[in-house]
Amino acid sequence: MGLMQYAARRVVPAIITLFAVILLNFLLFHAMPGNPFDLLLRDPRMPPGMRTEMAHAYGLDAPLEVQFLYYIQNIFSGNLGISLVYKVPVTMLVSERLVNTLILVTPATILSIVIGTVVGTLAGWKRGGKFESGALLSSLFVYSLPAFWLGMVFIMFFAVMMGWFPASGITSYGMENVGLLAYLSDLGAHLFLPTIVLTLVLLGQYALIMRSSVVDVLAQDYILTAKAKGFKETKIIRDHVFKNALLPLVTLIGLNIGLIVGGAIQTETVFSYPGIGRLIYESIATRDYSVLEGAFLAISVSVIVANLVTDLFYAYLDPRVRH
Amino acid sequence: MYTEKLTIYKRQFGAVWDVFRSNSLGMIGVIMLAVFLIMAVIGNFFTPYQTSGVGTLAEILNPPSWAHPFGTDDVGRDVLSQVLKGAGISLLVGVLAAAISVGIGAVVGLLSGYYGGIRGTILVRFIDIFLIIPALPLIIILAALLGSSIWNIIFVIGILGWPGTARIARSQTLVIRELPYTLRARSLGASEHHIISRHVLPGILPLLFANTVLVIGSAILSEATISFLGLGDPTQLSWGTMLNFAFSRGALFAGAYWYVIPPGVCIALIVLAFTCLGYALDEVLNPRLRKS
Repeated sequence: MGLMQYAARRVVPAIITLFAVILLNFLLFHAMPGNPFDLLLRDPRMPPGMRTEMAHAYGLDAPLEVQFLYYIQNIFSGNLGISLVYKVPVTMLVSERLVNTLILVTPATILSIVIGTVVGTLAGWKRGGKFESGALLSSLFVYSLPAFWLGMVFIMFFAVMMGWFPASGITSYGMENVGLLAYLSDLGAHLFLPTIVLTLVLLGQYALIMRSSVVDVLAQDYILTAKAKGFKETKIIRDHVFKNALLPLVTLIGLNIGLIVGGAIQTETVFSYPGIGRLIYESIATRDYSVLEGAFLAISVSVIVANLVTDLFYAYLDPRVRH
Repeated sequence: MYTEKLTIYKRQFGAVWDVFRSNSLGMIGVIMLAVFLIMAVIGNFFTPYQTSGVGTLAEILNPPSWAHPFGTDDVGRDVLSQVLKGAGISLLVGVLAAAISVGIGAVVGLLSGYYGGIRGTILVRFIDIFLIIPALPLIIILAALLGSSIWNIIFVIGILGWPGTARIARSQTLVIRELPYTLRARSLGASEHHIISRHVLPGILPLLFANTVLVIGSAILSEATISFLGLGDPTQLSWGTMLNFAFSRGALFAGAYWYVIPPGVCIALIVLAFTCLGYALDEVLNPRLRKS
């Protein structure tokens, strides 16, 4: 099977998942207590028939399945409603915050994968030594750390006590007018601590899977063959062990994208970073359901797409799965 | 008959224990877990100070002293007493939520692996969907929807934590379904009920056991996270709730490390205990991973 054919086959489950998410979203927020009408109709000047009139205007007197069709239609035309708090379109708010989140999450994910892979490979290669047990235990430890707490500790020590980095936000006030270089260095200072926190809590899982994967590969016959041929150790690691051990890691990256989302929500909340995770936290506190709904949808779609991409990347790396 | 079985079980347990004991990671986990169990028992019956009520103005955010080894919090309560109390809440939430998750995961995974055809395919799709949907946002939304009692939190974490278990149960069932003894039972005309309960289920139990321990750890982490986000049970002072108070009431900017460090270290170590234990059990019980 060619890569394109494989891709076409993988797209179908992704679309099914997408529709499941949309349905879940629709039902979940229908069950949420309270609605914006109650808020508006608290005004004593509102005439008594206003509720039914408004419900009709918004299509809320239609049967549930008709409302669901409207909902789908709205989603695909990019209309996610209007924020009850900010009074701006949810699509605008969510896409703005999503970009901020990607600025934070992308470097942290890449860093954690690179560091985790290197540590895991070395630990698997030096099996039974002090380095392995140290690497194993510290990987398990950072894996067990709550991201929000690590963020709190970093803020307390490096921002409050040492004053090395700003404690919250994405830029300082008034940074729009200072020129590109000053702006970027300010942005970098704000991003430094959250990036480190996110990298640390994510890298454990990659190191762990890489270690066990390397151990598996080392037991294969072709490694013995390579050794018998008299190849150098570095060449065996690079060309034989590393490449084969990488495959389970790619699967894990796809499966654990949810963990990246979880880490981002916690990190953004602690650092008051204006990303989509912080948006979820805020909109729960302010009961801004339309934003909450849009944010959850945006996150789910990102995860589904990222999952599909890793899936196809895997098929590209390992032609065997296409059959 | 009964005593005979008991001796067999004893011998089997002894064999597993012998392998387990030589696994240093597992022993680290067992020791840490024992410490937390003792903490939970102490916290349940005896704490140095009351964890409810408020202290005087002079007792607010006091650094560690002989009277308060972990200092006091933002309303003048003893931090050590709260930390002791938190152990029981974490263990309760972790164990009960994991029981729900593993129960659902085992049933869904086993059935999806055992039945082929349309029934199996639908179940697999179902697992895949919940595997992909990011758990934490959904946990947050459901916790906000249901309201923050400790039982709701257990329910929410439990009902969303099963896809990983289902995947493991499914892949193991697929293996056992094709093993000679299962095929033999089927060709002898054994009922589906008999095959599942006597052959498949006992075969997946060891892996499920190791998996349960890991699920307890992640359930504890989930509870800490949603409590930190302010969606926890306000009547139960869990470690996550403590950190929520510390964060939202300015302990970071007051430099009150004694209020921030202990609950977080406890969360990290109790999760680490379950993770180490789960890892070790997986190595001992999973023949594929066992070092020969």
